[in-house]
Amino acid sequence: MFADFDFDVIIRSLPYLFYDGMTFTLMLTALATCGGIIFGTLLAMMRLSGAAPLSLLAAGYVNLMRSVPLVLVIFWFYFLVPFIGQWVTGASQPIQVGAFASSLVTFTLFEAAYFAEIMRAGIQSIPRGQVGAAQALGMTYLQTMGYIVLPQAFRNMLPVLLTQTIVLFQDTSLVYVLSITDFLGAASKVAQRDGRLVEMYLFAALVYFVISFVASLLVRGLQRRVAIIR
Amino acid sequence: MNYHWNWGIFFETSPDGVHTYLETLLLGTGWTLATALSAWCLALVMGSLVGVIRTTPNPWLVRLGNAYVELFRNIPLLVQMFLWYFVLPELLPTAAGDWLKQLPDASFYTAVVSLGFYTSARVAEQVRAGILSLARGQGWAALALGLTRTQAYLYVLLPMAYRVILPPLTSEFLNIIKNSAVALTIGLMELTARARAMQEFTFQVFEAFTAATVIYIVINIVVTFGMRWIERRTSVPGFIGAAPAAAATH
Repeated sequence: MFADFDFDVIIRSLPYLFYDGMTFTLMLTALATCGGIIFGTLLAMMRLSGAAPLSLLAAGYVNLMRSVPLVLVIFWFYFLVPFIGQWVTGASQPIQVGAFASSLVTFTLFEAAYFAEIMRAGIQSIPRGQVGAAQALGMTYLQTMGYIVLPQAFRNMLPVLLTQTIVLFQDTSLVYVLSITDFLGAASKVAQRDGRLVEMYLFAALVYFVISFVASLLVRGLQRRVAIIR
Repeated sequence: MNYHWNWGIFFETSPDGVHTYLETLLLGTGWTLATALSAWCLALVMGSLVGVIRTTPNPWLVRLGNAYVELFRNIPLLVQMFLWYFVLPELLPTAAGDWLKQLPDASFYTAVVSLGFYTSARVAEQVRAGILSLARGQGWAALALGLTRTQAYLYVLLPMAYRVILPPLTSEFLNIIKNSAVALTIGLMELTARARAMQEFTFQVFEAFTAATVIYIVINIVVTFGMRWIERRTSVPGFIGAAPAAAATH
């Protein structure tokens, strides 16, 4: 069963797996999380703004993204981004977009829908009285949000936001469908080149498991320390 | 934009020579639903089992349940599918491995098993949270009435816990339908794979993906309303369950 298990193929491909593959995965995770949280917070603010068109637009976007599989969204944007780029830059041809840029746009826009729901819960967890007090002090909407509501909402939702980031980290493996060399893509390329599927996929699973598990333990530790302000 | 729209493409015959493109998409929808429903049965059974043993007083059973959940939750679904599809047959005795590889519709069975186990870890979390959300007196009252622990779970705790966790179970069910699209990587011709194939044959990217998106949205709406109907039908008058808090998903 494990008699001809070849550890050497893993060791030989470590630089490729981590330098080429894992760098891509982690960069994509980090940038998409930042972009997703920013855009998601905007969506949540739109949804709670009380202005019907804004709120409907945000709700429609979030519900659309949440009812479609990520794989389909990845395909959508892979073909759509060149046309969007053409429209934005006013070029005559659909522009060439690299694998990284395309996946970054996809994951930012897709995860923003999930981050928006988390931030909406966060904003709603702040008592209305605080908003009223801020307005009574003469603060504008942006000041109220920026100085009173959002800092507390972020703090309250930090564990959930980080857990969603772990989910996002695992989701980035789906860029495999575009034959991109992320961590899993790199493992898969070595596996197929050397005919070592068992070793490479078990090793990939182990690496994903260790990273996600350790990260989720850290989040749990943080959750105990960050008290919910009510 | 120099993209040539052609919505009539759906009524042209696809390369299989028999079905139109629209029909191939609907066949794909059938595979999506068949995969999701079969995997959901597995996920419910395994998730309930694991969720229940995590609430028992036996610390070793609790640890076993925790390990199960952590294992299936911390490996990406795509990697789990590869493990079941490419790695498992190699680790089994040669005869069993060959039998697995030659199974007709192997990708369907693999997708069901991997999706089922992946989702079961999430269901286990919900079932555990549901049982813990019940008043502790309910379990004790059942035991005091002379029910065995198994009976207490079957007749008292689980029926109430399922009602409490119906909303999060609904979103897990929606997730399993969406996650079945990952099975296109092991060759299952479900909805997303059919849309992708249609795009490759016809170059009508946006029509194909729009159709798939619309079908997914319709499934979503039908499931959401169906589950709300079940929620109303099964609700116990006077019992208002607090659903477990929202968590990171999909």
